[in-house]
Amino acid sequence: MKLHRIAAIIWRHIYLYQRSLPRWLEIFYWPLLDLLLWGFISLYLSRFSGSVPKFVGFFLGALIFWDILYRANQGVSISFLEDVWSRNLLNLFASPLTAGEFLAALMTMGIIKMLTGTIAAVIMARILYSFNIFTLGLAFIPFVLNLLLMGWAIGIVTTAVILRFGMGAEVLAWGFALIFQPISAVFYPVSTLPPSLQTLALFTPSAHVFEGMRQVLSAGAFPWHDLIWAFGLNAVYLSIAVLFFFQILRQVRRLGLLMRVEQ
Amino acid sequence: MSTRRPVLEVENLAKSFNGNVAVAGISFSLASAEILGLLGPNGAGKTTTIQMLLGLVSPSAGHIRYFGLDFPAHREEILARINFSSTYVSLPYFLTAWENLVVYAKLYNVKHHKEKIAEVLDTFEIYDLRKNLTRNFSSGQLTRLHLARALLNDPQVLLLDEPTASLDPDIADKTRTLLRRIRDRKGLSILYTSHNMKEMEEMSDRIIFLQRGSIIDGGTPRELLERYHEESLEDVFLQIARDNVPRPQASPHTS
Repeated sequence: MKLHRIAAIIWRHIYLYQRSLPRWLEIFYWPLLDLLLWGFISLYLSRFSGSVPKFVGFFLGALIFWDILYRANQGVSISFLEDVWSRNLLNLFASPLTAGEFLAALMTMGIIKMLTGTIAAVIMARILYSFNIFTLGLAFIPFVLNLLLMGWAIGIVTTAVILRFGMGAEVLAWGFALIFQPISAVFYPVSTLPPSLQTLALFTPSAHVFEGMRQVLSAGAFPWHDLIWAFGLNAVYLSIAVLFFFQILRQVRRLGLLMRVEQ
Repeated sequence: MSTRRPVLEVENLAKSFNGNVAVAGISFSLASAEILGLLGPNGAGKTTTIQMLLGLVSPSAGHIRYFGLDFPAHREEILARINFSSTYVSLPYFLTAWENLVVYAKLYNVKHHKEKIAEVLDTFEIYDLRKNLTRNFSSGQLTRLHLARALLNDPQVLLLDEPTASLDPDIADKTRTLLRRIRDRKGLSILYTSHNMKEMEEMSDRIIFLQRGSIIDGGTPRELLERYHEESLEDVFLQIARDNVPRPQASPHTS
């Protein structure tokens, strides 16, 4: 794996973002809108639910964390789409860039986009609602890491599907991650879900992160059990996602579909 | 007979898509500093062949060797030493010409990349446009930018798919002259496809005719004109494309 080739792909996106206001808006607009909406709703609801501790914190923490996963996913899939939209994909795949380096660059873009959006959301939550996400203490770091890993896995699978089926599958770049939101128990405990979905949640890394977050905010206990589950599942899912991508790329080369991705 | 070493050797290369034969076991070679024209009607298998030579499509059968090295086994090393330009690709629209070339210079690990970028932009007379967004380029300017990109890594083999298709006659002529000059100066080998017969005749040392995935004839432009008793390559092309009768074939390998 050559760092200069990974850096080249990252530079391509940095140059793009330098002068693209719509792309900056896309990073900040939705998280900030969600933050405003859910922040005020939770402030209002907290007046009637005195028995529920740290109501606002639950919602805002959940929103910020969900956005971490979503941005990590989009960092991979939308960065890939940028090269499809500009008909640049063949130039890249006919260069010495390896598939592994290409994925590494997309995953780095996931980190960059996630950090940019999250920092803005954290600052806004602090200013508007005096909510400090860092009250989660050391658990904050493994939470973020797990959401990043899951976001990558979803982004890589999405990218592979678009590579295989072309632009007809483009909508997945925005919608696929949302499928995981209900079973991730972002805004409610897993126990709220029907039993069958609770079983699914057990195998969803983000559900363990959100359960762990609520545990830290309500009881202050470090959620070892949830974090071990989340890391274990993410290791499996990310490996499967990467293998899936390589398998699809082989298939796409065999079927001659690289030239048709933009169709 | 030339003793030039082949930089590209293709043996029994074949590709089928769901049982439809796109390339039917073709063999040819490209010598160092040679310009080889790949000619054929639409659907003859030219683009599929070029895509297999770039690793964008995996062959169903056959072997590709660059510089004596097996392509799939030395993919990374080989792709660093070759390049291509095609009408089917573009470059990121919201980057300037300079920025696009910086990205590719980093990708190919070009040393002293600023000087090299300035050189290739100047070569294709688009240095003054270096700060312009690619989206604002005319198709001719974009073609020249693609060619500039393709020369960034000083390739030893250049695969060109319709490289002058959107250029005006003046720039197209300058481009052909330039490519020949680079070939003479640096020993660049070029595999070239075009529908412009005059251009093929002028550019190519040797021409291969592809029809329905097979090589049906080949030779130098002069040999082909003599063999078919025609005045121009276009007439030869029409005769071959319409008759589809295989003629006694000259060697598709280095002559």
